[in-house]
Amino acid sequence: MAVKVRIPTPLQKLTDGKDEVEGEPGTVISLINNLDKRFPGIGERISEGGKIRRFINIYLNDEDIRFLQNEGTEVKDDDEVSIVPAIAGG
Amino acid sequence: MEFTEDQLQRYSRHIILPEVGEKGQIKLLKAKVFIVGAGGLGSPVGYYLTAAGVGTIAIVDNDNVELSNLQRQIAHSTKTIGEPKVESAKNTFESLNPDVHVIPIKQRLTKHNILDLIRDYDIVVDCSDNYATRFLVNDACVMSKKPLVTGAIFKFEGQLTVVIPGDGPCYRCLFEEPPPHGVLPSPQGAGLLGFLPGVIGTLQAAEVLKLIIGTGEILKGELLIYNALKPSFRKVKIPKNPDCPICSDHPTITELVDYS
Ligand SMILES: [Zn+2]
Repeated sequence: MAVKVRIPTPLQKLTDGKDEVEGEPGTVISLINNLDKRFPGIGERISEGGKIRRFINIYLNDEDIRFLQNEGTEVKDDDEVSIVPAIAGG
Repeated sequence: MEFTEDQLQRYSRHIILPEVGEKGQIKLLKAKVFIVGAGGLGSPVGYYLTAAGVGTIAIVDNDNVELSNLQRQIAHSTKTIGEPKVESAKNTFESLNPDVHVIPIKQRLTKHNILDLIRDYDIVVDCSDNYATRFLVNDACVMSKKPLVTGAIFKFEGQLTVVIPGDGPCYRCLFEEPPPHGVLPSPQGAGLLGFLPGVIGTLQAAEVLKLIIGTGEILKGELLIYNALKPSFRKVKIPKNPDCPICSDHPTITELVDYS
């Protein structure tokens, strides 16, 4: 059991092309910091100084964490976390 | 208004649908839609709105057609390489349906011209290819209370949502500001599956048509995410941000910002 983390296309370069990776339960920010140990560089793309960057949203299941407990939102085994950045191609 | 014999035939598949009917078709013929960008997304959006008989379509883009566009930008053709994209698109759309008045605007949208340009239109469709324009278009639509159908693509992934100012969240409720240069890969250097704008652009056209006809549910307050490789469609909620810098009751952005 683990947390399922969906990696968006623009960040898949950092996860060897994987669109889904496993994360560890805990707060959202600790999950991201742990991901960064396995996928160096992903942490600073997603967060800055412990805060999620303003052009990226994190969803716990389908809920925006800004309207839960933000970076401190607790994530459990079997939860699904989606990282959704703004994309701009047309 | 009375339909001509040709119009009754051309739009017969709409007219026999109770959800559209003659009334809905008249609404389409009277509608005025503003499309930002005549590229990958703008091509199918303009094409389907033209086929549906949307009476007036403005399309703004400052680029000329290049050979490398033709892998996905189906409003253009080998014959129109080198021409302004908006002229190429106008020719394509008007030869599909002469009922439609296409207004080509060969300009770059800026904070100085956007409010004037969109003023006379009912709906804005964002098919642009950069972050700066996306935030500019959102802010202008919120300020002028125009419905906005926004779509974006990257490699093999697409995003889509509808902003109804005063009734739900805006694009900045979702993403507060554009990424600084270089933090996320730019769409220009990334490559793109050619059909992807067809999927997202067609979904944008569907939302525009529903807005005009006034039928069905609109994709507002949610972001639809398409991944062509899975393949999957997912939706996540977009809550209205009570502190949104542009659409909250205490906005911090009171005039348009140029990020480019
Ligand atoms: Zn907003």
